[in-house]
Amino acid sequence: MNKEKKYLRLSGLEPLVITPESNFINVGERTNVAGSRKFLRLIKEEKFDEALAIARHQVDGGAQIIDINMDDGLLDGKEAMVRFMNLIAAEPDIARVPIMIDSSKWEIIEAGLQVAQGKCVVNSISLKEGEANFIVQAKKIKMYGAAIIVMAFDEVGQADNYDRRIEIAKRSYDVLVDKVGFPSEDIIFDLNIFPVATGMDEHKRNAIDFIEATRWVRENLPNVNVSGGVSNVSFSFRGNDAVREAMHSVFLYHAIKAGMNIGIVNPTMLEVYDEIPKDLLERVEDVILDRREDATERLLDFAESVISTTKERKVDLSWREKPLQDRITHSLVKGLDEYIIEDIETARLEAEKPIQVIEGNLMIGMNVVGDLFGSGKMFLPQVVKSARVMKKAVAYLLPFIELDKDGANQSNGKILLATVKGDVHDIGKNIVGVVLGCNNYDIVDLGVMVAPEKIIQAAKDQNVDAIGLSGLITPSLDEMVYLAKEMERQNFEVPLLIGGATTSKAHTAVKIDPQYKNAVVHVHDASRAVTVVGDLLNKRTNQKYISDIKADYVKVREGFENRSNNKEYVSLSDARKNKFKIDWNSTEIKAPNFIGTQVFEEFDLTKLVDYIDWSPFFRTWELAGKFPAILTDEVVGEAASNLFKDAKIMLAKVLDEKLLTAKAVFGIFPANTVNDDDIEIYADAERNKVNVQFVTLRQQAKKKDGIPNIALADFVAPKQTGINDYMGAFCVSTGFGTAELAAEFEKDHDDYNSIMIKALADRLAEAFAEYLHKKVRKEYWGYANAENLSNEELIKEDYKGIRPAPGYPACPDHTEKWTIWDLLSVKETIGVELTDSLAMWPAASVSGYYFGNEKAKYFGLGKITEEQVKDFAVRKNMDLETAKKWLNPNLV
Amino acid sequence: MENIQKIIQDKILVLDGAMGTMIQQYKFTEEDYRGEQFKDFKISVKGNNDMLSITQPEAIKEIHKKYLEAGADIIETNTFSSTTIAMADYEMEDYVYELNYQSAKIAKEVADEFTAKNPDKPRFVAGSIGPTNRTASMSPDVNDPGFRAVTFEDLRVAYKQQAEALIDGGVDVLLVETVFDTLNAKAALFAIEEIKAERNIDIPIMLSGTITDASGRTLSGQTAEAFLISVSHIPLLSVGFNCALGASQLTPHLEVLAQKSDLGISAHPNAGLPNAFGEYDETPEMMANQIKEYLDKNLINIIGGCCGTTPAHIKAIADMVKDYKPRVVTSC
Repeated sequence: MNKEKKYLRLSGLEPLVITPESNFINVGERTNVAGSRKFLRLIKEEKFDEALAIARHQVDGGAQIIDINMDDGLLDGKEAMVRFMNLIAAEPDIARVPIMIDSSKWEIIEAGLQVAQGKCVVNSISLKEGEANFIVQAKKIKMYGAAIIVMAFDEVGQADNYDRRIEIAKRSYDVLVDKVGFPSEDIIFDLNIFPVATGMDEHKRNAIDFIEATRWVRENLPNVNVSGGVSNVSFSFRGNDAVREAMHSVFLYHAIKAGMNIGIVNPTMLEVYDEIPKDLLERVEDVILDRREDATERLLDFAESVISTTKERKVDLSWREKPLQDRITHSLVKGLDEYIIEDIETARLEAEKPIQVIEGNLMIGMNVVGDLFGSGKMFLPQVVKSARVMKKAVAYLLPFIELDKDGANQSNGKILLATVKGDVHDIGKNIVGVVLGCNNYDIVDLGVMVAPEKIIQAAKDQNVDAIGLSGLITPSLDEMVYLAKEMERQNFEVPLLIGGATTSKAHTAVKIDPQYKNAVVHVHDASRAVTVVGDLLNKRTNQKYISDIKADYVKVREGFENRSNNKEYVSLSDARKNKFKIDWNSTEIKAPNFIGTQVFEEFDLTKLVDYIDWSPFFRTWELAGKFPAILTDEVVGEAASNLFKDAKIMLAKVLDEKLLTAKAVFGIFPANTVNDDDIEIYADAERNKVNVQFVTLRQQAKKKDGIPNIALADFVAPKQTGINDYMGAFCVSTGFGTAELAAEFEKDHDDYNSIMIKALADRLAEAFAEYLHKKVRKEYWGYANAENLSNEELIKEDYKGIRPAPGYPACPDHTEKWTIWDLLSVKETIGVELTDSLAMWPAASVSGYYFGNEKAKYFGLGKITEEQVKDFAVRKNMDLETAKKWLNPNLV
Repeated sequence: MENIQKIIQDKILVLDGAMGTMIQQYKFTEEDYRGEQFKDFKISVKGNNDMLSITQPEAIKEIHKKYLEAGADIIETNTFSSTTIAMADYEMEDYVYELNYQSAKIAKEVADEFTAKNPDKPRFVAGSIGPTNRTASMSPDVNDPGFRAVTFEDLRVAYKQQAEALIDGGVDVLLVETVFDTLNAKAALFAIEEIKAERNIDIPIMLSGTITDASGRTLSGQTAEAFLISVSHIPLLSVGFNCALGASQLTPHLEVLAQKSDLGISAHPNAGLPNAFGEYDETPEMMANQIKEYLDKNLINIIGGCCGTTPAHIKAIADMVKDYKPRVVTSC
């Protein structure tokens, strides 16, 4: 069934295809009770966690298959095999590789085959007990779907010379292929690796016979593979690792050339062939290849003089010996800044003009980085580190370039970047800036909260080639629409790029693109920015690219219009009739232990560390995956681990030096719902005086029978029930100090840490909100004083009650923040301010409501009709146009 | 009648659409489900769609007919859950043979009727073999990852019973489908191989996995290529994917199969992704439009629909595929 050729194809969760181009396939051998005392002990003591760690270590260390063997007299081997393989199946980082089921007992092999979803290797079967038995086993294995290792063993015994090896291999092959119909590519021969240099004459040819038999098998038995356990060959030099390592390398070097393509090798017991000292190499080759009568004696003599040195583990600085360009490229690729100034200075002295160092040496290095990033071999955090080195180098060169005025840097183009008016979020925008900067674009970064007039003016003054807008909160979407209109009105021609968390291809296509007749492109993430800008500015091909995008957006718009016409909505009064029902007579309402507002001026940040949800942190850096699994992820694991290490260093510094200040204010108040959708917050316990009124929005999409149209107000008891209910509100911030720190870093050209501190501050703010909510649930309000949740459960929001935030799906109306600010005097007490677009400043802030009812849950408002907007405007005492502006993203 | 191995070389075969979606429209009551035979059955059986082949055979035949009228070349028996393992929920393990046999028999009757009317378009019956409701590679108990609620041996026995009854009932093909755990599928394939050897027969097998989400993996964690390799030891008429995703989301995974395999490739996607209410709302046109991409890329040999698809969807697909050539198959 195989498309290309008859290659050995195995699988765990992922495929392993062994082709002639594949490097030698290394089988991990530590999960073998016969070969590892430690593993045997762990299995005997049923310490399966530690046994799994050994398997994981093997896979992490590069084993492409893991051999599992449970053959021990004191073990129930079948039970142990099944148990261990089942446990491995639950560990995706181990289960991704195929398993080699290793046993001399058929019942253990079969039990193993019955618990493996992937295609395994059976190790092993042979003609030892006759052809009939061999056929039965091979047929069974074929039905289970596995490859086999066939030992060179028959009724007479184990093959121990060249002729016997090829005789048994040939016979086994013919039986398997002709009588069983076994796929020849699924056959792996183990031609018996036996020790050499034992002092016995009959062992002299053990290695060379294996090598020669391997060559014969690969040439004469189509499609098969050859494997073996390599450490056997050096058995007689136990205790002298230096010699053993050399023997393994020499043996493999020749056996692989002859066609051995799979093997069980301990990678720590292997010397690099080219690094074996000449005299040792000669003697070892004499032994392996049986080149001299006295080969064994000569090696023995020599071995005594070889002191088995334990390899030193130190930082590898060999790259410092390489040519200058290689060193510069190495520093850029690895993000190392220790040597870059030294190397750049050398380059500058060699160059005619200092600018040539940028255009030459540095760009060559950055192109390597760009290629690696483009092909998925480098990840964003690494690229940002590279950029840091690049910037440091450029900063060093700039004064020299200034002196040497006539050198103008040929830039790929000038890109204006801005976070739009009212929005303060700039992590993504900065990443785009760095990535484009690395690719030799000049970046005009106008920063955050940039008014449209300013963007337009700067674009004209600086004669930019493209404009990139970023935004995270929903009102920013309308700012982008407005800017597109302005660009059209003022006859701009440059492309407009749209990015940021709330932006989407759909919104760009439906709302922004129609406003501007030139190119508008939604850039999904920073890594795409380079190709998009490249395509847009390529004079030869950009017209086609732009018209393709325009055409694509037209299609998206049409699809969107078709879809939105399908949706049905109910009238506001019907939606209210179908509200979320809570039985107010039976539901438990706890009178809060504390009523009023409370302020935390300088909260201890160390208390928040345990509450950090790290997964979004990695998303900020465009690394996808759940924490902590992401740290061991096959693709991004290394990048994620390094990033996490840096984050923890930064976090420790922030905590030690108190670089950020955490502040919070919250309040719990008497409250009741009025007129279905509004919540009155009372200033007094008697509920006579209304302090503020929260205005909530109600779902209007037509629901199936029994599914309610929810509004947040449904979670608070209506006034007419006469029941005393409560609700709360809060604002926390850990952003004080962020801007200053980020500016510090940027001054040092260190975007990496500038982004890092902002990302960390965001996480701390979320952690603070989580922490405070818990305090409120358990103490201040106290309705959940028995709650005892793990951090994981907290992240999964397993608790009772909710803390929805204005601007998020349950309550997309940002203007409610005004009410919260009013109720809690947020600005006066802790200094968090609201921008024109109602973003919070500092950015690392979270605000929201507290609802304590056990039935309260998160939901998405969805689209609402104009009827509700009108009603909302009246309740909010707002004119209709303003109301529409704020609710625009949710309008049908 | 020409054999299916040959026909698949010449034209794209159309598989039918959802059975459950169609059954829902009958709004059967508990009494309807019970029918005469099970009127005193010990527990509630409403929702056990497979038993309708016994108690409401006319309805099931009518659904088959609608799909055949829409242009389906292959209809699936109403036996997705007819194993002892899946029937345990309704305590109907004892009826597994009858369920499969009857389902196969009525499907075959209808298919033969259509073939007789138009011998140039022979119709086939595929015996639907679902994944059961248990998984052999994963533990249902988060605290004991080494535990298994079902073993290979349990599955092999159950699948063997199902496949034997389907063959006795007259199916032309066996369709091991909605494979969320490759080990379950391997047990089914093992059982079928045993039957083939014991009865000395050959029967084509279609195999269809399920990629459950955007990770591009099966529920049990395999990539499309790993899945393909894991089932490559058994001769198959086709391999493909169904359920869980809509047509366009399936495209990249079908491309992997098409690239890595010489077998026939099948797809029976859902009518899009379920909306917030768990309904599938892709229209026949929308779905056909996405399937056009498979055709333009020459990816498939067998195409049909899974959850949420109706005869109208199948008609839209059948009308479109007429004009296209199948992917070149070299292995059967």
